[in-house]
Amino acid sequence: MIIKQLSVFLENKTGRLTELTGILADNDINISAFSIADTADYGILRMIVGRPELAAEVLKNNGFTVKITDVVGMIIPHSPGGLHKALQIISSNNVAIDYMYAFASGECKATVVIRAESLKKIIDVLQEHKMELLREGDVYQV
Amino acid sequence: MIWNRHFECMEREELQKLQGNRLKEMVKRVYDSVPFYRNKLQEEGIEPDDIMSIDDLNKLPFTTKQDLRDNYPFGMFAVPQPDIVRFHASSGTTGKSTVVGYTHNDVQMWSEVVARSLTMAGVTKADIIQVAYGYGLFTGGLGLHYGAEKVGASVIPISGGNTKKQLQLMEDFGSTVIACTPSYAAYIGESLVEEKIDRSKIKLKAGIFGAEPWTQEMRTQIEQVLGIKAYDIYGLTEIIGPGVSMECHFQHGMHIFEDHFIPEIVNPETGEVLPYGELGELVFTPVTKEAMPLIRYRTRDLTRLHAEKCECGRTLVRMEKCVGRTDDMLIIRGVNVFPSQVESVLLEMSETKPHYLIVVDRDNNLDRMEIQVEIEEAFFSDEVKELEGLRQRLKANIASTLGISAVIRLVEPGTIERSMGKAKRVIDKRHLH
Ligand SMILES: [Zn+2]
Repeated sequence: MIIKQLSVFLENKTGRLTELTGILADNDINISAFSIADTADYGILRMIVGRPELAAEVLKNNGFTVKITDVVGMIIPHSPGGLHKALQIISSNNVAIDYMYAFASGECKATVVIRAESLKKIIDVLQEHKMELLREGDVYQV
Repeated sequence: MIWNRHFECMEREELQKLQGNRLKEMVKRVYDSVPFYRNKLQEEGIEPDDIMSIDDLNKLPFTTKQDLRDNYPFGMFAVPQPDIVRFHASSGTTGKSTVVGYTHNDVQMWSEVVARSLTMAGVTKADIIQVAYGYGLFTGGLGLHYGAEKVGASVIPISGGNTKKQLQLMEDFGSTVIACTPSYAAYIGESLVEEKIDRSKIKLKAGIFGAEPWTQEMRTQIEQVLGIKAYDIYGLTEIIGPGVSMECHFQHGMHIFEDHFIPEIVNPETGEVLPYGELGELVFTPVTKEAMPLIRYRTRDLTRLHAEKCECGRTLVRMEKCVGRTDDMLIIRGVNVFPSQVESVLLEMSETKPHYLIVVDRDNNLDRMEIQVEIEEAFFSDEVKELEGLRQRLKANIASTLGISAVIRLVEPGTIERSMGKAKRVIDKRHLH
């Protein structure tokens, strides 16, 4: 149920993100989802990619600071109220979330990537409420 | 253990009398035999007879590195060339190196002060000492070598480099002491771990490290990985080489062998002599050197002196580890700042030393200091709050160590330019406009 996210430190410099996407493209690594948390000077790029270990290695070899972080992918219906319902479950069970971001997958579903203090707890809560979770096997081809 | 109790534990009054006599004799000698000094003293209106005691030292003019360069190669020598038995040279970062000559007696005196230094670290004739300083024009190798032989220790003159061989001999011969630069000691330590050498096969107990600046953090690191006590030795080629001062096992600073090298601390800008305990530029007058005696040589090293008697029984003054070089000193908003202080803050917060760059600029007549720190894996968290927390901690530690605030900028690894393996640490943009 746990999936691997690639986190990369990026200085706010023109062309740096393009350089990174170029390296991944050259190595035939697909990016399924990404988000950037930014401050005035730098950003943290978070990505779900195909072959995360390989991606981490090639980026490190190209001088990027990279970390692999465990996250959970929650699948919700791509319809009004879908996200609200899911968040209610999480908050009413007092699970602290560090950050999250979402992407649409296909016509009628969306995936929310969640990093929480306790991944085990959030997985338990979501499963208890019959929420659909992304599996490692299918995630990297989302 | 004390090698030469007579000189190392002499009453200070008696020592000052001795220094005064030696200074008097030395000034007379350079006046007669070194045209550079004769001209300089005449220009200042000083006659050798004006120097009566140690209290007259501050009447004398300073000697600078530039003076040595201007008189390259033998212009500062006080003896004819046939009396020289050895040359050493210090590599200059700009242009010509500085040449130093030694007479037979100078080599004897140098061996004596190194023998005193080694004895402070507990070295006796029973020890096997691996001298892993470079042998050659650099003073480290031969300086330690002669001192160790004088003590009667068994010397392995292996010189620097070839780390595999260093480790092999360390194990096979059972070296008990190693002398080298602190960065090489750290490297040997890393190699020891990498080669998976059983620590119980290594008999090292002490290390004598000098010739480059190092921090307390580095000392701890070396002591742990090599399982030794690490001692700091200080010296500079212009004065004699290693053995100008050395730490005793109480490690309250390095005892200066004042019967040979008279220390002063001066204000680097005005040249005014400062009292014990104040930070300033270290100045040495090596009164017993025959080949190249110098009057008030400006070392450009910044430190403090302490004169209280040490627990070890020595009465010799102690100098603190140098906090920086006058050339490195930045004055930011009126506060003296040294890159080494920034480095020590960074080292406290991480196992490996991160690359950093200090950028000083002036904005609306106000100095602004920015410290760029390369973010390494050990530092990196994928949460903004963690990274911002790190930045705040760095900011707070910098402010408390330096006494002024700085802007901390986290940058990607490899961003800070490295030139010739030695990183540039400071960009001062204030002088550009
Ligand atoms: Zn002492």
